Amino acid sequence: MNMVVCVKRVPDTAESEVHIDASGKDIDKSKLSFGINEADNYAVEEAIQIKERLGGTVNVISVGGKDSDEQIRMALAKGGDEAIRIEDPAMAGSDGFAIAKALAAAIKGMEFDIVFTGALADDDGSAVVGVALAELLGVNHAAYVKKVEILEDGKKIKVGRELEGGLMEFLEMELPAVLTIQTGINEPRYASFKGIKQAAKKEIAIKSLSDLGLDASEVGEAGSWAVLEKFTPPVVGEMAEILTGEPEETAAKLAAILKEKGLV
Amino acid sequence: MEGWTSLEAIRNSAEFTSLKEEEMSDLFQPVHEDFRKTLREYIEKELAPHADEWEEAEEFPLEKFREMGQLGFLGMQYPEEYGGDNDILAEAVFHEEMPRCGSAGVAATLGAHIGIAMPQINKYGTKEQKEKYLIPGIKGESIGALGITEPEAGSDVAGIKTYAIKDGSDWIINGSKTFITNGVRCDWVVLAVKTDREKGYGGISQIIVDKGTPGFEVSKKLKKLGWRASDTAELSFIDCRVPGDALLGELNKGFYQIMANFAWERLIMALGAVAGAQIVMEAALGYAKERHAFGQPIAKFQVIAHTLADMATEIEAGRQLTYYALKLYMEGKNPIKEVSMAKLYTCDMACRVVDNALQIFGGYGFMEEYPIARAFRDTRLGPIGGGTREIMREIIVRTMGI
Repeated sequence: MNMVVCVKRVPDTAESEVHIDASGKDIDKSKLSFGINEADNYAVEEAIQIKERLGGTVNVISVGGKDSDEQIRMALAKGGDEAIRIEDPAMAGSDGFAIAKALAAAIKGMEFDIVFTGALADDDGSAVVGVALAELLGVNHAAYVKKVEILEDGKKIKVGRELEGGLMEFLEMELPAVLTIQTGINEPRYASFKGIKQAAKKEIAIKSLSDLGLDASEVGEAGSWAVLEKFTPPVVGEMAEILTGEPEETAAKLAAILKEKGLV
Repeated sequence: MEGWTSLEAIRNSAEFTSLKEEEMSDLFQPVHEDFRKTLREYIEKELAPHADEWEEAEEFPLEKFREMGQLGFLGMQYPEEYGGDNDILAEAVFHEEMPRCGSAGVAATLGAHIGIAMPQINKYGTKEQKEKYLIPGIKGESIGALGITEPEAGSDVAGIKTYAIKDGSDWIINGSKTFITNGVRCDWVVLAVKTDREKGYGGISQIIVDKGTPGFEVSKKLKKLGWRASDTAELSFIDCRVPGDALLGELNKGFYQIMANFAWERLIMALGAVAGAQIVMEAALGYAKERHAFGQPIAKFQVIAHTLADMATEIEAGRQLTYYALKLYMEGKNPIKEVSMAKLYTCDMACRVVDNALQIFGGYGFMEEYPIARAFRDTRLGPIGGGTREIMREIIVRTMGI
């Protein structure tokens, strides 16, 4: 089974204060720590588990600057074989569709059975790249995948997609395919020091747009369908009802509201 | 105040950035920093959430020991042929990250096994001994302990009373040991014994005793001020018979063998003291920014701000001294003076930092439900274990020609 996993380096905003930067089009990332996008971490694990069961290769791809090598190396340390990083100044301002074009250009020449992405990025939350990539590659896809079963001949797979309310939808599809992986599908491993040392010896192939046969106009803002105008902090809503009083009173009021709305 | 405003401006300016810990040293390579990230993630997700429970139970679960062995977190300094990585700096990273689990007892359990007991086997063991103890030890399937201290001999190692006498090819051991980390649950203990009772230093040897050997009993699990998740025991040996090949290293050279790893033991204590103090200082800083008194965050009061500045300064001084000693150690220079200074300074410094942090937390600092109370109890062992602060000073004195 030859597999490709797409990973993204994202800022960890869960426990940090987030401020909009001077451009108004981004957040100030100078004080944030970075890591692999959570869903991508599960995608890496799924690919490596399949490789361990059935053999094959896992190729790791990321779009981003040199900092992204950290996330790529960690995926290699866990069992990835080769890696590509797409870096080009013209990529700035790309939406999910433009990112998918760059990824598709890199993946097209490879022999692959499954391409994995995370279902959703922690930073922009678009959930576009995986499905756009499948369309551009002209292969089947399934999004929000929480179960993958390779059928006996290795030419078909059965996938479980997570729907609302914990429902699972099962589909059978022919390979090759793109699967966007939902968190919780497996238990991502921790890289060992041995794996880290092996990964450090591997070369990460850096590809520019021209290496991929793409023109600058196909990516960035020019090649995107959606262009980010500006970020604004959420306006304090008028719908909010602030309960005041002693804790006993406010708790009683809250309980009454929840009951009234049928939420408990 | 004009001056204060300009300080604020400096703080908020884009040029004001503080270096991250790892950028302050050229010791560690990118592989070590990658390993640090993995370890930190593991410790924060798999250990820290259980720290309270393990402290309460006064035990670190064996399953976790095994898990960490399977993940390859216990063998960094050991040869690859026994399942290790042959990279002692990676183990240094481990000791720097462990305080993030929130329990020095957990750190001590693992530290005593990988940094104190197994090194003796690795340095002085025969191939058979290494295969028997290192391979399962690195996998987390067997736990080791080092038994030196006795009820009446601590710093004065030459004064130990436990002895072994030859009976045919066997050794027969009598005596007792105390304050032995992992003593209750260890599968083997490297014991310091007198093999020539007429002599002091020159009469000590090391013998490995397996759990279950008749005559080897755990006489007591000890209750402690801190390090509660670690097990600490009093061990007794009554006519305990072990085969001749249980001798570790050379006969009557045990004292020098013990001394040889003290440098590493003291370095890992210094690394842990600095890392622990850093966590406590950051907690106090965060609290001082949030906690209001007299209409402003207490961090805005100069007395608190200056205390925090002193804490940060002392931590940095300790870190740089420790890294310097570690660098000399890595270069094979046997830096006894620098290691002793690092251990002396950092373990005392951590006590001062924790004491000041507790003061900043006020009444909450005194409450067991806040982590600062545990840190206060745990830190106090630093200037005692692995060579007391008084012994460190004695060693430094001797390097000064006094």
